[in-house]
Amino acid sequence: MSNLLPQKWDITDIGLEEGIKRLTPDKIRTSIKKVLESEGVARINAYVNTCIHCGLCAVACHVYLSNDCDPRFSPVGKVKNTLWEMIKHDGKVSPEFMKQAAEISYTECTLCKRCSMYCPFGIDMAYLISLVRRMCHLCGLVPQYLQDTANSHSVTMNQMWVKQDEWIDTLQWQEEEAQAEIPSLRIPLDKEGADVMYSVIGPEPKFLAQLINYAAIIFNVAGIDWTMPSFDGWDNSDMAMYSGDWEVMGRVKKAHFEAAMKLKVKKIVMGECGHAFRSVYDVGNRWLGWKMHPIPIVHAIQFYAELIRQGRLKIVRKIKEPVTFHDPCNIMRGRGLMDDARYVLQQICEDFREMYPTREHNYCCNAGGGVINCGPPWKKKRVESNKIKAEQMAATGAKIVVTPCHNCHSGIEDIIHYYKLPMKNVFLIELLVECIEIPEELKA
Amino acid sequence: MYDFVRGPLLWVAFIVFIGGSILRLAYLAYLAKKKDYTVLTYANFRAGFRSILHWIVPFGATNMRLRPVFTIVSFLFHICLILTPIFLLAHNVVWYQSWRISWWTFPEWLSDVMTVIVILAGIYLLVRRMVCKEVRYVTSASDYVLLAIAVMPFLTGFLAYHQWLAYKAMLTLHILSGEIMLMAIPFTRLDHMLFFWLTRFYMGSEFGAVRHAKDW
Repeated sequence: MSNLLPQKWDITDIGLEEGIKRLTPDKIRTSIKKVLESEGVARINAYVNTCIHCGLCAVACHVYLSNDCDPRFSPVGKVKNTLWEMIKHDGKVSPEFMKQAAEISYTECTLCKRCSMYCPFGIDMAYLISLVRRMCHLCGLVPQYLQDTANSHSVTMNQMWVKQDEWIDTLQWQEEEAQAEIPSLRIPLDKEGADVMYSVIGPEPKFLAQLINYAAIIFNVAGIDWTMPSFDGWDNSDMAMYSGDWEVMGRVKKAHFEAAMKLKVKKIVMGECGHAFRSVYDVGNRWLGWKMHPIPIVHAIQFYAELIRQGRLKIVRKIKEPVTFHDPCNIMRGRGLMDDARYVLQQICEDFREMYPTREHNYCCNAGGGVINCGPPWKKKRVESNKIKAEQMAATGAKIVVTPCHNCHSGIEDIIHYYKLPMKNVFLIELLVECIEIPEELKA
Repeated sequence: MYDFVRGPLLWVAFIVFIGGSILRLAYLAYLAKKKDYTVLTYANFRAGFRSILHWIVPFGATNMRLRPVFTIVSFLFHICLILTPIFLLAHNVVWYQSWRISWWTFPEWLSDVMTVIVILAGIYLLVRRMVCKEVRYVTSASDYVLLAIAVMPFLTGFLAYHQWLAYKAMLTLHILSGEIMLMAIPFTRLDHMLFFWLTRFYMGSEFGAVRHAKDW
């Protein structure tokens, strides 16, 4: 049996504490073997046998950089302390080891894939860590809060236990809010044959409902024929993808795609979220057997850029304070929207400042990949493990940081508070609605 | 002993190296097809080769620019390690004696310099492995053995060429260590010689063609 690492933070998570009690050697071994010898066998075979242990990936990882370059937090260090040991011991590891593997895979890696850009062989360490999460899920060893979101997905098809009447009620409430700006504004529900279905993540109606009214204003000003579903499938998020519960992930993604098909829309536009984009763009669709998404999917950033380029949104004001931009992994490294984002920012900001490193190379927020969804017990560890991001943001001297992704947004918010940075954290749409012209005829 | 390593064992070494390499690649292709078809589905030649190109050109990737000394050393190490044995005059003579085939050769002084570079670079890699904590952390005995396997043919070849120690014994040792290295390639992590192209190609395909982002 392998040795355990010293504890750096004293954290208790009921999901792991209770989960470990239910483990038997047989259950551990079966779960590990299922992934090692079947689900992930091809790439594990190539990656683990090819890695030459050069340590070049370390410098890519914000968790490593933020923890005084402690090698156990380097990407290869995390693979060593999980997969290598499991392979070495042929799946015969202790429950305590599995608990540690869960802690490493769920809370020390955001699956941001930055390390794949620093590994000479292009080894997909995020994929390897996600396989470890898969094993933990199969063992029933998932942090409590993350498991709860996965349960919510399974039961309600959304992440936040939002009931249908609450969902519709929230949309009506936001419709009224938006009518303060545009009296004739509607949020059309279930409009069959509309051009666009707008989908959001569960936390929007739960905590950030104003974002829905901002989006409604954009849609109305731009004159888009759009709709939102009143039924299951409105939530594009997918935490089951991150907990390792790929069966539920598949169900959730199917519901989302089917909502769009039921409404016969031409495309889905999704709000400013990163992981949701990943789940529809290159994870959930693959699980369902689609090479790409079965219906065109446009991320909010791409959508805003198109609307400005086409002249459907007119920019009449600019933000005067210095603005910087956080590149979320799932839509930058995951979709290459770097230029679209900067195009929009250049249009609406007088003083736009890049972070360094930037674009694909921007540091992760350390909240995505399900890490922030592991909940309050892990908050201190999460924020302390991203000191490098705080330093990077502070160096820009900006007063506003734009984070167009929900997980990044919450993570950056926590970093700003913890490190007392003199910055405001906003979604892109919050700046955009301030800067666009609302035509007089709509105001009437 | 010399006759054995120069004769039958050389055959064995080449058969194991070539056969083993083909087997490893074939097995991986089989596994990918059976269990992980995704990898094949997203293969994209343009994006894949673009990524490989960036990673086989010195300073073509961000990480290489972050550490110039290591980049230069590791490129020299790999270039010299691969080219020297192929274009060494003495090896060419052996090929000619056995098979009546020959090709270009490096001047002897150049081969000598390249051999020294491999040895020095090997020492650099060894020291780095022992000193840099992020490397030491993931280092096991096998890593030192692999480095030794890679450097030994050059060290012994150098000593044999200059005839500083017992020539015949050194030559035998040289041939033996070369054979060990050939046989080790398909079955140890030296297989990155074969798999680098595949893993990089796959990641390049995913980044370039699906994710529309650079992976260098």
